[in-house]
Amino acid sequence: MSDSLLEVDGVTKRFGGVVANDNISLLVPEGGIVGLIGPNGSGKTTLFSSIVGYHPVDSGTIRFGGREITKLRVPQIARMGLLRTFQQTRIYREMTGVQNMQISVSQSSLSLRQMFSKSPPDVIERADHLLSFVGLFSKRNLLAGDLSFGQQKLLEFAMALMNEPKLLLLDEPTAGINPTLINGLIDRLLRSNAELGITLLVIEHNMRAIMRLAKHIYCLAHGQLLTAGTPDEIQNDPRVIDAYLGGS
Amino acid sequence: MSSVWKYVAYSGVIAISVVAPWALPAYQTQLAFLWVMVLLALTWDLVGGQMGYTSFGNIVFFGLGMYVTAVVQRNMHFGIEEYVHVAGAVETLTPQEYITGLFVGLGASGIAGVVLAGILGACLLATGMRGQYFGICTLGLGIAAGELASGWEYIGAGSGLVTPVFPEGLGQRGLFFYYIFFLLTLMLFLTLGWLYSGHFGLAINAIRDDEDKAEAMGIHTTRYKIIAWCLSAFFLSVAGGGVGHLVGFIDPTEVAFAGATFGVWMILMAILGGKGTLWGPVIGAVIFHFTQELFWTYLFGWQRVVMGAFIVGIVVFFPRGIMGWAGDRWPERFGHRTTG
Repeated sequence: MSDSLLEVDGVTKRFGGVVANDNISLLVPEGGIVGLIGPNGSGKTTLFSSIVGYHPVDSGTIRFGGREITKLRVPQIARMGLLRTFQQTRIYREMTGVQNMQISVSQSSLSLRQMFSKSPPDVIERADHLLSFVGLFSKRNLLAGDLSFGQQKLLEFAMALMNEPKLLLLDEPTAGINPTLINGLIDRLLRSNAELGITLLVIEHNMRAIMRLAKHIYCLAHGQLLTAGTPDEIQNDPRVIDAYLGGS
Repeated sequence: MSSVWKYVAYSGVIAISVVAPWALPAYQTQLAFLWVMVLLALTWDLVGGQMGYTSFGNIVFFGLGMYVTAVVQRNMHFGIEEYVHVAGAVETLTPQEYITGLFVGLGASGIAGVVLAGILGACLLATGMRGQYFGICTLGLGIAAGELASGWEYIGAGSGLVTPVFPEGLGQRGLFFYYIFFLLTLMLFLTLGWLYSGHFGLAINAIRDDEDKAEAMGIHTTRYKIIAWCLSAFFLSVAGGGVGHLVGFIDPTEVAFAGATFGVWMILMAILGGKGTLWGPVIGAVIFHFTQELFWTYLFGWQRVVMGAFIVGIVVFFPRGIMGWAGDRWPERFGHRTTG
């Protein structure tokens, strides 16, 4: 159990009378790629928000790197190296691609002097490198708001990498991206995991994508944990198929 | 623009600024106010433009600085009772006393502005107040400050406060304050230029574009917001202190907490020039000040009507300001690049 980077234990989240997450427990091992699937409204994004401290949970605990983070707030958790991307892509629209990258450096080790000075050359270099990694180098001086939706998603991913997180929570990284780009994106996700050592927890509706990515998958339905297992087990589980197609 | 031309342009502006009050001696006070206007627009834009927190109450710091400077100078040299009742005419100060009192007062007003901004920041910004709520709340603060000052006998209440008479040995009042405001504005401009070019500038721009995202990326949003607000308050308070002495009479709602004039103008000037840019507020303030003076001189009687129409025109035809418009028209020179 000690090799789990993220431990979610019995988390329940209610919005008024609606139970969005009911006693959810999951583990994300250090260095792994874990998938989180489930039909619309099954509580995946709510769980993400609970993990990163966006709202308080009603019960249960969340531990990250052995430390309890249940009561910490969003920026504090982010500075510990637990980052999320958003389903509705969020980038800084009125800033250029490079500026978006510059401001995304890890804030935890930032000294007072660095807060008021220009980005050092190695930051720019790393920004350029990561922008080429996601294929946006030629667009780096455009305003981020002028990029296409797919490009904004790639930029958001690059910004997350710029922050050098330990764990990255990706909310539907392939949604709205054309099929050819999806393969490239999956390759990059796998490479960021293998080469940069970033642990990934991924929400995904694209079954082919998540089966390629994740080694272990959790499936939610109606706010509850339906089942968990390897991609093969999940694919062949009749309960999962029922949940998606509305059988039960 | 190549860096050589940049230095030529900057030196030119500075040279003209130094010579201007000597070349146009009849307009020294108006020129001094020109710098005040530039300063107002720049301080507003730091929080309202670059950080995206539309404040309608920055006038609070302006008025605060005015009162603090005047009260400090008064208390250093006069008994409070005699001063309030004979309205400053007890005796004139020597140049030495005047200067000491003024600069101690300006320093105190700067500190007072930062302290007040810190307290307000902890109440409003640190608790996560945003958008229209922040705007309305600051509007209320501006109005409340004027009402409070009108009811407080210690600072002259509704009948206002007369600042000490400008001593003869110091030359012309307009010239003296012209250089004070020129140096203060120059300091502000250089400070902002430095801050906007670094991490701080990117951080407050990120807060403007998407504060939730900035938080999710671990940016110390509260810290940056309060620093920006305090910095804006510091320069605004010191400027207010100077304006009180230049005008010579502090009325609580017409001069100090003049929300309907300076309070609105600082926003308009920043919008006219282009908010969120370094040069926008400067350009906006210059155009606005000259236009306003012309309206008052040549269209007297109708000046407020014409000013109202001018304001509507600004908002309708230049919603992104002159710099924004120039950036759209000549993106290579004024804005971002459109190709790699």
